[in-house]
Amino acid sequence: MGKVIVVTSGKGGVGKTTSTAALGAALAQNGDKVVVVDFDVGLRNLDLVMGAERRVVYDLVNVIQGEAKLPQALIRDKRVETLYLLPASQTRDKDNLTPEGVEKVVAALKKAFDWVICDSPAGIERGATLAMRHADVAIVVTNPEVSSVRDSDRIIGLLDSKTLKAENGERMEKHLLLTRYDPTRAERGDMLKVDDVLEILSIPLLGIIPESMDVLKASNLGSPVTLADDSSAPARAYFDAVRRLKGEAVPVTVPGEKRGFFGKFFGRKAA
Amino acid sequence: MLTKPRPIRLKGRSFLALALTPELPLEDWLAGLDDLAARSAGFFLRRPVVLDVGDLDVDKAELHDLVEKLGQRNVRVMGIEGARPSMLGPDMPPPMSDGRPASDFEEPQAGEDAEGAAPEAVGKAPGQTVQDGPVVGAALQSVVITEPVRSGQSLFFPESDVTIVGSVASGAEIVAGGSIHVYGTLRGRALAGTAGNDGARIFCRKLEAELIAINGFYQTAEDMEPDLRGRAVQAWLEGHALKTGILG
Repeated sequence: MGKVIVVTSGKGGVGKTTSTAALGAALAQNGDKVVVVDFDVGLRNLDLVMGAERRVVYDLVNVIQGEAKLPQALIRDKRVETLYLLPASQTRDKDNLTPEGVEKVVAALKKAFDWVICDSPAGIERGATLAMRHADVAIVVTNPEVSSVRDSDRIIGLLDSKTLKAENGERMEKHLLLTRYDPTRAERGDMLKVDDVLEILSIPLLGIIPESMDVLKASNLGSPVTLADDSSAPARAYFDAVRRLKGEAVPVTVPGEKRGFFGKFFGRKAA
Repeated sequence: MLTKPRPIRLKGRSFLALALTPELPLEDWLAGLDDLAARSAGFFLRRPVVLDVGDLDVDKAELHDLVEKLGQRNVRVMGIEGARPSMLGPDMPPPMSDGRPASDFEEPQAGEDAEGAAPEAVGKAPGQTVQDGPVVGAALQSVVITEPVRSGQSLFFPESDVTIVGSVASGAEIVAGGSIHVYGTLRGRALAGTAGNDGARIFCRKLEAELIAINGFYQTAEDMEPDLRGRAVQAWLEGHALKTGILG
């Protein structure tokens, strides 16, 4: 049985889709079977970031409505053969996502894949709650600024109340992925500090992704950043995040903070 | 006809309503209300409101006008307390009487809107959860929450003291009949002594609150002493004034 991860944030534009693609590609490069699922019905983007927009025939809504079989809708990545995409519909609206339909699709994907990564739409409405409903693990994507942090806090509240796990009285495993971290702005004090964000949200830190042109470049090329240039700073940060996700103890470093002779690692509790 | 098989069920149930006490001149009172609404958007949303006009000297037309003006502000009045029956026509909210300072609360039934949730309230019946959105607690002496209270969560314990071991996020709300203790940072709203308890206090390890209130006397972030920000603070009532001071 695979693990279902929801990548969520509440706020839009913080890097959910970028992170979904990057984490999916990083996991698949280890040989794990991975499917990334776009839940943003009506505003799909994951196909573009994955570079699969010209190969979409059927989508999640088609599968839920019974108009296509699940294998017909899955798109295999051309670069990593264990990586698949289940695109969202661009023409339908999210009322076409039914709880029963989503449950069936997620259950089927769980059987066939090691990792099912659900890219949540922004907001706290139907699309977002359905994306998180069946998750085993949540990755909360947050930018180091107050509105993003507050929205993430709201989402954590929903993860602890509206998901199947929560309703069964279990605890949802939650990780914080701090994205678009800009060392120069942090130095100037224009951004929230890592410790401030951790103090407010009080969930374990999965990784810090530096703000970088590499991310934008990779997205425009239709390639997850962990595939486009695996030695770039954001790619390395995502690879580290994946190792932590799999239970490895990898120390978290804050981008831009100079390392001393012994490597200045931070005794932060990683995921 | 005495053959009816089943009688109509008449069940009693009590709800906690927000009682507004308008004062003359009404224009000024409404301006104050607008100010409150502007500072805490959604304050009256989904809260049942009762108008207490026992001490208000207005005639039928003025009362009708007041209810209409409240309606324009999205304050829907469910009943009027202390009005003469002759003042309430069929187009007005019904008269209410026998209001007590606090009333028993029923547990909300798990409806489709109910979101079962995480923070565990120690000392409560097993299985009871804190929900996203308004939550109502049973009559209790004290409630302990051992997890952070997240943005958007509203904890409502009309007859108890509440202790939170953790922080209260910006956009979260704690409403208690008694005192509120926060062993963490208070960033959201804390409303203590809501059932008419002047002796209730608010304590927090670090004050970053959006609003604090005791028995209806409130301060928004803007009104608070700037030097108290980020400090361990307590708030209490002296007469009709909400006082705040450094703890310890």
